[in-house]
Amino acid sequence: MGQYEVVIGLEVHVELKTKTKIFCGCPTEFGGEPNTHVCPICLGLPGVLPVLNKKVLEFATKAGLALNCKIAEFSKFDRKNYFYPDLPKAYQISQYDLPIAEQGYLDINVNGQTKRIGITRLHMEEDAGKLVHQGLTISSSNSSLVDYNRTGVPLIEIVSEPDLRSAEEAKAYLEMLKAIMEYIDVSDVKMEQGSLRCDANVSIRPMGSKEFGTKTEVKNLNSFRSVQRAIEYEIARQIDIVEEGGKIIQETRTWDENKGITLSLRSKEEAHDYRYFPDPDLTPLVISREWVEELKAGLPELPAFKKERLIKEHGLPEYDAGVITSSRALAEFYDKTVSLHPDYKAVSNWIMVELLKLLNAENLEITDSKITPQGLAKMLKMIEKGTISGKIAKQVFEEMFNTGKDPEVIVKEKGLVQISDEGQISTIVDQVIANNPKSVQDFKAGKEKAIGFLVGQVMKETRGQANPGVVNKLLKEKLTKL
Amino acid sequence: MKISIKDVEHVALLSRLELTEEEKQEQLRELNKILDYMEILNKVDTSQVEPLAHVLPLQNVLREDELRATLPKEKVLQNAPEEDEGMFKVPKIV
Repeated sequence: MGQYEVVIGLEVHVELKTKTKIFCGCPTEFGGEPNTHVCPICLGLPGVLPVLNKKVLEFATKAGLALNCKIAEFSKFDRKNYFYPDLPKAYQISQYDLPIAEQGYLDINVNGQTKRIGITRLHMEEDAGKLVHQGLTISSSNSSLVDYNRTGVPLIEIVSEPDLRSAEEAKAYLEMLKAIMEYIDVSDVKMEQGSLRCDANVSIRPMGSKEFGTKTEVKNLNSFRSVQRAIEYEIARQIDIVEEGGKIIQETRTWDENKGITLSLRSKEEAHDYRYFPDPDLTPLVISREWVEELKAGLPELPAFKKERLIKEHGLPEYDAGVITSSRALAEFYDKTVSLHPDYKAVSNWIMVELLKLLNAENLEITDSKITPQGLAKMLKMIEKGTISGKIAKQVFEEMFNTGKDPEVIVKEKGLVQISDEGQISTIVDQVIANNPKSVQDFKAGKEKAIGFLVGQVMKETRGQANPGVVNKLLKEKLTKL
Repeated sequence: MKISIKDVEHVALLSRLELTEEEKQEQLRELNKILDYMEILNKVDTSQVEPLAHVLPLQNVLREDELRATLPKEKVLQNAPEEDEGMFKVPKIV
């Protein structure tokens, strides 16, 4: 498939984590009994007046700044007209020609290469309600139920330039976008709860061609994995059609996670005709430069910068720095731990190996685990002082992860203190030597490796608690004297 | 600018209106009359005028991010033609 170039652009919706909705004082909380987070404004009853939530403007502007966009001096809201039962007013309040932010970019890293992806625009809009389909699928159901709790929850829509060239790049872009939103603290960005949603525009063209091919829009991408899988599927489907001499139809397709395919979503509506016009209920926005500068100054260190710092100042490998900074919670955990125990490599290794292993095994976020930076720092100090061995530490770490207990308490309770007393170890070493004449012989015959087996035996006898340094030293002394 | 019967049918579809042939003809006349009236406004030179975003000299009307009372559920569903499990029941879509 080397002769085709893939062209992808993403439209990402991010739910802002304000307390209340974009144009009314209803709660934005996820869940809740159906139709209990609504009022006349978000239900679109006659005679009501929507008023913009200040926090929405602030969060959207911050997001625009974090994505290196130009913030509009003058912006307004427009009505996007279409009929769908999840939209009680039959129009969505959105932004058309004067979005809050435009012309930004973000940098992604794929296979060690940094690539800049353009961001066309970022605008504010209200979310729609939720349709609960009765029957097995959308098409087989006779009726639908509508819950308007989500109607009016603030969203920002972020549209990328068609700069992405593979499913992998698309995934990297989405991950970076998620990390940035998390760092600036404007959204929970949880795909599984729908606070981060993504549609992909996918097309192919002959390698070297300047013209774009006909694109399809793929919807219903509910996880990072499905974004990648759906795009890969769609690329293969389009190549098949073109190879067989067919033509790609411009259409919206939905991703079927179970079947692993995209399906056409043909709508009865003619070509989209949204008849946008300025919303007369909402006043235009004049954004002062002082305010924008103030927000800019208040932005935290963003993932790309943090990653650079961990590589340059802390000497972490690029891959490790990338993983640690990919999530705000993980980066904060690292920062806090190294502030208590500034052994960067050790902290990073424990996070990269043990912590991520446990988190992945139980499919948890770091915030769901009981481990604390204080606990990890204390444990690392205990290794440094020789109180516990690195091997025992893994056991202690797992216990801390599960129970949140203090490492000193765990070590005491389980009797895991490292044995460094030479007298005590000496006795065991003698036993091991007496019980393993073959290995002793091997060692004597010049097989240096045989000592490893003997060390292992001593460790086994002491349930891993003997200080490996002391064991090595004593074994060597005793063996050479034999 | 004159519109055709095709435009009338398109606008009717977008508005979910079912029109008889007679009604379409009537709408065609009515809509063209309105557009003729707009032609008068089109005579004004607006090349140097910014498009108007709002008719009132207001800007930046914002509210604090503070919770306000929601509507009791009985009231929410009061106008629902049909309801089920506390939700609005609507005919099959798509």
